[in-house]
Amino acid sequence: MTAPGTRYILICSGKGGVGKTTLTANLGIALARQGVRTAVLDADFGLRNLDLLLGLENRIVFTAQEVLSGSCRLEQALVKHKQEPNLALLPAGNPRMLEWLQPEDMQRIATMLGEQFDVVLIDCPAGIEDGFKNAVAAAQEAIVITTPEVSAVRDADRVIGLLNSHGVKPIQLVLNRVRPKMMANQEMLSVADVTDILALPLLGLVMEDEQVIVSTNRGEPLTLNGAKSPAALAYNNIARRLRGEDVPLMDPAKAGRGLRAKLGRLMTTKIF
Amino acid sequence: MTLRDFIDKLLGRQPASANVARERLQLVLAHDRSDLNPELLEQMRREILEVVSRYVEIDLEEGDVSLETGDRVTALVANLPIKRARPLVEPGSAAGGVSRSHGLNPGA
Repeated sequence: MTAPGTRYILICSGKGGVGKTTLTANLGIALARQGVRTAVLDADFGLRNLDLLLGLENRIVFTAQEVLSGSCRLEQALVKHKQEPNLALLPAGNPRMLEWLQPEDMQRIATMLGEQFDVVLIDCPAGIEDGFKNAVAAAQEAIVITTPEVSAVRDADRVIGLLNSHGVKPIQLVLNRVRPKMMANQEMLSVADVTDILALPLLGLVMEDEQVIVSTNRGEPLTLNGAKSPAALAYNNIARRLRGEDVPLMDPAKAGRGLRAKLGRLMTTKIF
Repeated sequence: MTLRDFIDKLLGRQPASANVARERLQLVLAHDRSDLNPELLEQMRREILEVVSRYVEIDLEEGDVSLETGDRVTALVANLPIKRARPLVEPGSAAGGVSRSHGLNPGA
């Protein structure tokens, strides 16, 4: 079905707005910078945004739609990143594609990408309907991204159930928008709460970081320019772990060094 | 219990919202994962009790069939105290006779 050696990784969350596309863009760039030939496939045909976050929106000529219908070759549709030539985007087609798109079509596209790339990252649409089912058909493994909020964790749980039933393996977790201060005050689900509930291995933690918004404004993912902001560091570490490197996870409880952080640690210590 | 929980309790304050979130999530996920509505669960409970009571006399007052969840696995847990075993059904007569022999002694 798919070319050997290539990894097909679905990035999904269930709930919208938790950071799927931002993770896909940053992880794509980070992997490419580490020498991995990476393709990012925008499987969100309804509400495509991956082109925008990568700053490639003005360079799209053809999309997955033309590739599937045979009216152009894959090479013509792929948009290579100028600064990072190891990365290419296959843009999502017209939303009207959803009327006829089948899981087999996504598998065909993924197989074509597998001939040229080491890793194919698939940016999954929100929800668990047809768009999800099409995207999951092209994937072998998955990264579930969630935030420490009840609605996001609940939706992630639904998605994990579906990934399991589709035989997707391994499934790893990225916890996004972590606020160490709120966690220390026990006003936010802790990292352990979320990993215990979802029972997935943790691939990475991304702190809440204003620089993410700045970078999306510019269409330049944080990982592109070696930025040192907390989120940039987190995305780079996720890429390294994905490649099998042993990079220790950051402990949000140890993030703060001030009196407040110390007090927070004291307050969350189990006394009985 | 953490120090924060203890102080909150002492002062009669609301528990920290992370604890509330965790408890609410655990409850809602147990039901999401089982995908069974309460009526179906009740029907299943009745049928399980019916099948079991063909073979052993169970204490219906003390019996309990419920869903429990942990570590992505939802388990159906049946706790059925047995009062006494019913006389064994003969292997040959089991297939046709059992469904209607509830409460009777099939060997008689």
